[in-house]
Amino acid sequence: MTIRIRNMRKIYKMGVERIHALAGVDLDIERNEFVAIMGASGSGKSTLMNILGCLDRPTKGFYELNGKLTHKMGAAELAAVRNKEIGFVFQSFELLPRATALKNVMLPLLYSKRGWQARRAAKRALERVGLSDRMRHRPNQLSGGQKQRVAIARALVNQPSIILADEPTGNLDSTTGDEIIKLFNELHREGQTIVIVTHEEDIAGHAERIVRLRDGKIISDMPTADDPIHRQWVEQAAAKLTSITDDTRGAGPDAAQPFDVATTFVALADRAEAPA
Amino acid sequence: MMFVRFFTQTVVSALGQIWVNKLRAVLTALGIIIGVGSITAVIAALEGMKTNILTQFESFGSDTMWIWGEVPRELRGKIQWSQVRITVEQVEALQEHCQTIETLTPVTSNSWTIENGDVALAGIQVTAFRPEWHDIERRYVIQGRQFSSVDEETRRQVCLVNEQAVNELRLDRDPVGDYITVDRRRFMIIGILETKDSGGMLRMGDAQTEVFVPFSTALKMNQWTWPYLMAKIKSPDLIDDAKAEVRFIMRKARELEPGTPDTFGIQVLQNAIDQFKKVASSITLVAGGIVAVSLLVGGIGIMNIMLVSVSERTREIGLRKAVGARPGVIMIQFLVEAVLLCVVGGAIGIVVGQGLTVAMQLLFPDTPFESAEIPAWAILLAFAFSGSVGIIFGIFPAIKAALLNPISALRKD
Repeated sequence: MTIRIRNMRKIYKMGVERIHALAGVDLDIERNEFVAIMGASGSGKSTLMNILGCLDRPTKGFYELNGKLTHKMGAAELAAVRNKEIGFVFQSFELLPRATALKNVMLPLLYSKRGWQARRAAKRALERVGLSDRMRHRPNQLSGGQKQRVAIARALVNQPSIILADEPTGNLDSTTGDEIIKLFNELHREGQTIVIVTHEEDIAGHAERIVRLRDGKIISDMPTADDPIHRQWVEQAAAKLTSITDDTRGAGPDAAQPFDVATTFVALADRAEAPA
Repeated sequence: MMFVRFFTQTVVSALGQIWVNKLRAVLTALGIIIGVGSITAVIAALEGMKTNILTQFESFGSDTMWIWGEVPRELRGKIQWSQVRITVEQVEALQEHCQTIETLTPVTSNSWTIENGDVALAGIQVTAFRPEWHDIERRYVIQGRQFSSVDEETRRQVCLVNEQAVNELRLDRDPVGDYITVDRRRFMIIGILETKDSGGMLRMGDAQTEVFVPFSTALKMNQWTWPYLMAKIKSPDLIDDAKAEVRFIMRKARELEPGTPDTFGIQVLQNAIDQFKKVASSITLVAGGIVAVSLLVGGIGIMNIMLVSVSERTREIGLRKAVGARPGVIMIQFLVEAVLLCVVGGAIGIVVGQGLTVAMQLLFPDTPFESAEIPAWAILLAFAFSGSVGIIFGIFPAIKAALLNPISALRKD
């Protein structure tokens, strides 16, 4: 078992008011799962993400990560856990602007005991994400998709037990976003545990399980194929697309962007078939 | 091993950080640069002066003692200056009874007109002494002979001149045996006295025209002359004993009642050296105080810029924490940056100080500043000081960075 969370609560004090960001959450994530955490803003998904990533501690409750009881740890211990067990991927990449791709990927190993093989490990991680020809480039010489690949390589470099991605496609166009999601799919197929936080059904659809939060509580937690909200969304989107493509066919090739619509349609159609 | 790797990477990245903000770094470190530059220049100047002056003192011999008559403050107006004049009897008393004194001579100098035929020089310093003077002053005759005891006892009108006098008076190349007029009296030149090499502080510029006569002869010419004594102490260890003994004998010779003040003064060169050293170190201290203030100001500048840096790089700190940097590691990163900023400033300051020192040497030749030089200890001190300023003023921003919450740090715009 990779992650075990029991009765987790996080309470923020705003003046005299007490805000229950997490109001009793139970969650298990097994090795090699691909989980999407969804929810509107204020649902507590960011708080859950921060606690999952050991960036924050719960007010109450139990959190076991790979057999370590992290809810009892201090700042320095949590830092060590983050270094060893967790690979972060952020919406805005968070690369060091003056460091090359290679140096950026090496960063976690600077704080690790495995540092003596940092360069080799970083090169391997960059090769894995398909950027072996961009190692000497700085972030401002890379496209958005390439930047996020560097960030994923950085998340992978220390062989974490779990990758936590917070809206990883939020700053990317849909084509590049799809590429990044495909990369996550590949990593998942290779055995990597991945937790992705998103509010896009499109992205969540790639995960094999969707956890939905509202008001600090889990309101649904089931395989993607069984999730009624997701299924409904897929059907609606498919219907919409069909109508758009029908309209486009009638109005001529200039009326919409046929390339974008077509690729999205194919992707959605594949998924719509899957549960059936 | 891990620490070494971490530390070198930290230093390299801190240097990179400084290099990226070159102008800002230099402006920030300006306080340190000015502070270190000025203190090293001041120390260099003082060291130059010290070496120079001490060398001159050494050439006199630190075992030389001066004794002169003076009216003590308490008796001012009550006794006459003539009553405290050094007399021949007192000289003899000291010569006879003083165990710690190797040799001594009364010295007096007058300003007289010297003539050689048509050449007349007014206001020439004519110094009078006994033959023992040569050993005390370590200045000898290079041609002819020195005064003999017969010259002294019979008050002969013989004289020594220096090389400058030979030129100024247009004397023969070998003037020994020639005659000149000193204060309207005929004197035979019996020798040439070497010019003492004492440029710099005590005697600036060229050597002056000097004429020397036996002490008794000068006394005969001007009975109101004001003599003082120069004595050579047997050993430098006996300085305090010698002062006490001379004082005792002088008081006895002058029949001073116990409890009354001395009517004479005693000075030993060593004391003058000590006094000079004291003055020099107090100047260093004052300069050090000024520099401490400028380093303080510089340090505040460093702290300010480090706080700016922490706030500018909040997201970077958040990221580093997210990927596993412990708070202590973040603290060390920022502390190293502050210290390096200061040490680099200190290094530039030393270069500036060296520049000032060279400028000093070039602008004031033939003065003690000529030998100005930054001593090694000052360089070490400059680095130690600027490094500590970095630690003292860098620690607060570093702690601030270390305590940043990674979540809010990553969320910051």
